[in-house]
Amino acid sequence: MNKQMSLQEMVGQLRDGMTIGIGGWGPRRKPMAVIREILKSDLKDLTIVAYGGADVGMLCAAGKVRKLVFAFVSLDFIPLEPYFRAARQGGELEVMEIDEGMMLLGLRAAAWGCPFIPTKVGLGTDVIKFNPDIKVIDSPYDDKEWVAMPALKLDAALVHVDRADVRGVCQIKAPDHHMDDWFVRAADKTYVTCEEIVDASAFADPVEARSVFWERNFTTGVALVPGGAHPSSCSPNYGFDSPHFQEYNASAKEGGFAAYFDKYIKDSSEEEYQAKVGGLDAIRKLPQPVY
Amino acid sequence: MSTPASDYSLAELMICANAQAYANDGEVLVTGIGVLQRLAASLAMLTTNPGIMMTDSEAWILSTPNPVGKRPADFVQMNENWMGFSRIFDNVWSGRRHLTGGPTQIDRFGQSNISAMGGDYQKPKVQMLGVRGFPGNSICHANSYMVPAHGKRVFIEGECDVVCTIGYNPERLPKGYSFDEIDLRCVYTNLGVFDFNGPNRQMQIVSLHPGVSVEEVIENTGFEVHVPATVAVTAAPTEEQLAIIRQMDPHNMRSKQLKDNPPGVRA
Repeated sequence: MNKQMSLQEMVGQLRDGMTIGIGGWGPRRKPMAVIREILKSDLKDLTIVAYGGADVGMLCAAGKVRKLVFAFVSLDFIPLEPYFRAARQGGELEVMEIDEGMMLLGLRAAAWGCPFIPTKVGLGTDVIKFNPDIKVIDSPYDDKEWVAMPALKLDAALVHVDRADVRGVCQIKAPDHHMDDWFVRAADKTYVTCEEIVDASAFADPVEARSVFWERNFTTGVALVPGGAHPSSCSPNYGFDSPHFQEYNASAKEGGFAAYFDKYIKDSSEEEYQAKVGGLDAIRKLPQPVY
Repeated sequence: MSTPASDYSLAELMICANAQAYANDGEVLVTGIGVLQRLAASLAMLTTNPGIMMTDSEAWILSTPNPVGKRPADFVQMNENWMGFSRIFDNVWSGRRHLTGGPTQIDRFGQSNISAMGGDYQKPKVQMLGVRGFPGNSICHANSYMVPAHGKRVFIEGECDVVCTIGYNPERLPKGYSFDEIDLRCVYTNLGVFDFNGPNRQMQIVSLHPGVSVEEVIENTGFEVHVPATVAVTAAPTEEQLAIIRQMDPHNMRSKQLKDNPPGVRA
């Protein structure tokens, strides 16, 4: 069994109008190499589900997003993501804005084959007012009303991990694997990029096997893309690229996304992109952030 | 044991006031979003309430709070357990948490906004973060707010442009719920300390910082603030508190949180 494929093959399996979940969190461990490949493709009308960072900003700026399901979009040290902001303020996006935990419940509902999971989260707020598709229901067990958080079923999940074997056993050694396992379980297909391809025996040690967060029968494809999370972080391998994010953020004020895209992504392979940002060795030396 | 300080900044006064919020909370996760709020949580954990738990803002619960800002290369943080983002909900939806956030808007119902402002919802004038975890926080556990610049832009006249938290608006009370289940505690501003224990859960003055008048508060709040019969002066920090704050903030990041870093006692 060998699930290795190229970035181009991964994006070739995606279709217009799909609902795609993106792992990571804000500026942390985003599958940016696949995002760049989508930016270069003709894909359109996507529904994106994410704890958003520059992945969401770039897809919005490139006009790839029809609908966004989000709780926030932020680069953390730059609190407001410039292109997400522009897309919202331009009235371009259909949105489902929900609590961070509601998103987790929606992914779990999809993973477990439930139409919804009840929660009190969202009651009394504009989350239920602005999302008429999210129903408030009576409980069969008490006299309260509950938010019926609908399943967020994904056609595909995109995640970036540290190590994988060719069968799709994936390991995340970062302090937090975020909600990546739930994105994977909520999706029909999961496409993984990784820093390193290892032999299956790498997971024989129970300590190593403990940082495998889903089973390989959820993994559709694996691509070896060291540095593929750049400019987001891939702790403990590298931190996020603050100067690059600052340049990206500044591009929103001058030049626009087209200038950023033309400089770094257009007509460039992932290797060429990485060469433009200083090379893989430089990416691997990016300092870990201090929180 | 305690020695009232004579020389302290307004930021330090706000930290000490906010720290007092947690004194009687027992064993809860305390989250301070922002430098002053985080220093307040750290101060409380190291003084009045050692039961407090804090995170490293990444993935671990700490036995001792991390100082803010860059730490020495040999710094070892005191992890106590893993607490990635997915597990945070498992803890905080139980109610065992008290958070102090810093919303952009607060209305007369105690509802708050960090999502978007102006225009209409489909096309806001100013897009901010999104609702983040605020809806869940507000209905599951205790919440306080900190406001660095008390004014009518924050304490708005109408309802929040995007209501991110449940407050005390009777029209929004969910079926089967009582407002007794909503635990909105205090608001700490550069003018004073407030709570929502006024008549009909109206925001009221708890204490004013040295030199601040009731009139100044009324002029700078977009809705009616209840003025109780007695208005206290916010207690000055003690030298012991200031020493701990300096330890937890070795780069003096607190001095950059309020415009011009004003003194705690007005000149």
